[in-house]
Amino acid sequence: MAVVKLQRPQLKLGEKIYFGALVKGFILTLGHAIRSLRGKSVGAKDLESSGLGVTMQFPEQRWDSHLPDYYRGAPALVTDEQGRERCVSCQLCEFICPPKAIRITPGEIPSDDPWAKVEKRPKEFEIDMIRCIYCGMCEEVCPEQAIYLRKDYLITGLKRADMLHDKKKLYEIGGVRTGLVNKWNELK
Amino acid sequence: MPELIFQLAIILTKIVTLTFIVVLPLVPLSVYFERRFSAIIQDRVGPNRVGIPLSLLGFKKDFHMFGLVQPMADGLKLFLKEDFTPAHVRKAFYWLAPALTVVPALITVCVVPFGSPISIFGHAEKLVIADIDAGPLFVFAVSSLTVYGITLAGWSSNSKFPFIGGVRSTAQMISYEISLGLSIIPVLLYFGDLNLSKIVQHQADNGWLLLPFWKDGKIGLPDLQTAMFWIPAFIAFLIFTVSIFAETNRMPFDLPECETELVGGYHTEYSSMKFALFFMGEYAAMVIGSALIITLFLGGWSVGFGLDQYISQLHIGSFHFGGLIHMGCFLTKLLAFILFFILVRWTVPRFRYDQLMKLGWVIFFEAALINVFLAALIIAAPSLSTPIIAAGAILLAVVTGAIIWVAKVSEDQPKPLRA
Repeated sequence: MAVVKLQRPQLKLGEKIYFGALVKGFILTLGHAIRSLRGKSVGAKDLESSGLGVTMQFPEQRWDSHLPDYYRGAPALVTDEQGRERCVSCQLCEFICPPKAIRITPGEIPSDDPWAKVEKRPKEFEIDMIRCIYCGMCEEVCPEQAIYLRKDYLITGLKRADMLHDKKKLYEIGGVRTGLVNKWNELK
Repeated sequence: MPELIFQLAIILTKIVTLTFIVVLPLVPLSVYFERRFSAIIQDRVGPNRVGIPLSLLGFKKDFHMFGLVQPMADGLKLFLKEDFTPAHVRKAFYWLAPALTVVPALITVCVVPFGSPISIFGHAEKLVIADIDAGPLFVFAVSSLTVYGITLAGWSSNSKFPFIGGVRSTAQMISYEISLGLSIIPVLLYFGDLNLSKIVQHQADNGWLLLPFWKDGKIGLPDLQTAMFWIPAFIAFLIFTVSIFAETNRMPFDLPECETELVGGYHTEYSSMKFALFFMGEYAAMVIGSALIITLFLGGWSVGFGLDQYISQLHIGSFHFGGLIHMGCFLTKLLAFILFFILVRWTVPRFRYDQLMKLGWVIFFEAALINVFLAALIIAAPSLSTPIIAAGAILLAVVTGAIIWVAKVSEDQPKPLRA
């Protein structure tokens, strides 16, 4: 390997004395301080700052309206326009889930149900939000477009049981999603 | 006998008020300012939440007070942490070291004049705990004991990083104490007094050392000698301030505890309140250091612009309260200087150890020495004839040139590499 010999730059007298650079530094830091006190820091507007620096004060101010469409928040189950729960408990998401956060107990749809030909629906569907890593693999693997990562990011609880989202909670977060492929629909 | 008891009561009151009500709260306050001001410099917000938790008492909203209670919360946390003593330390010295860093810093408070005298019922009382005629010398004598605390902490921890930190600190403090002591000799020559109260009174009457624009209550330009003395005074101010930075182990010179090289420095093995004591000692030293700079160079409690006489005469009945206004002025200056300390911390990067030693021994030591002679020449000039002044100035210039030449020659230049 070729050795490149570099010469250190020769400092001028002004640079050696060091005071010019010191004063420049003071102006820079003070400039930042003054701008941040006036709420005019660089990027304060884009980041919706609270008026001091560029910081947004969290519980009072939220970034929610800026979240992109591809934001990966809490996974949730959805129903479609007909009010049918889309999950058919194929358990692919349970299988793919890297941290094994999903647990599905499959159940049968009774024959007198209008959607009897779908045959299966989950009896219980649990996502352990302590384990979930928000990777979105469940959404990607789902053949029925039944599970989606929503924009909810404040998943908190006072005990472990609070962090276990059951089927009711998951449908509550997910809600109704329209415009999906309705492959079980008679009319199509 | 009643006279003696009265005197004792006054001294005790002064100690308690000035040390524990005025200076000690400045330590957490400067920690708060450190955190908030650093944050503002870095375009952040800093701790602004901790306040009075009214919602615990059933109210709707908490009272956040701009986070001013944060240092108290930090202190409480440190109190409640486990006070762990590692098995490998030398116990007696390990326990002694934190106290040895705090105590000297707090003792030096006693010579700092906080304000002009307050008088009630014709009884005047100076706002200084011990009005001794050796102010700066006392401060240097006591504050240099701080080095024992740090050295002992480094040595007794019996572990390599604290040890290196302690050794570094010892070398650094001893080196900078020389330029610290030499740099204020011009100031003391000028005032002709070692009593800090009298120094401040002199500055209140004749203009601050670095701002000599009034005399006897009238604003105006200084005479030639005072104007000439501004040059050595400013050099002394620069050297003194930088040396105080080095003495208090503040940022450009915080090599004893630089995290990137030494984990935590001399207090690596300390926890809980013992660590907090080191922390407190450092900030107390910073407060005292800035108090000393303000007292010597920036007029102490004096408001300036010829207003001091007027303020001293303000009174309600027989209660002359001007001293309290002066005390407020002093504390304002102190806080401003602490903010300057913090600004420097976020502006100047840390020196390398050889650069630090070179700055202390080669540059500041020589500059302070030459400065002493320059100041002496300017002060003695009115009583000397012109040829002698000229000869002195030429001699000084020659000596300065010689010292600069020696410093330049002794510096080993890296040999230019062949291309």
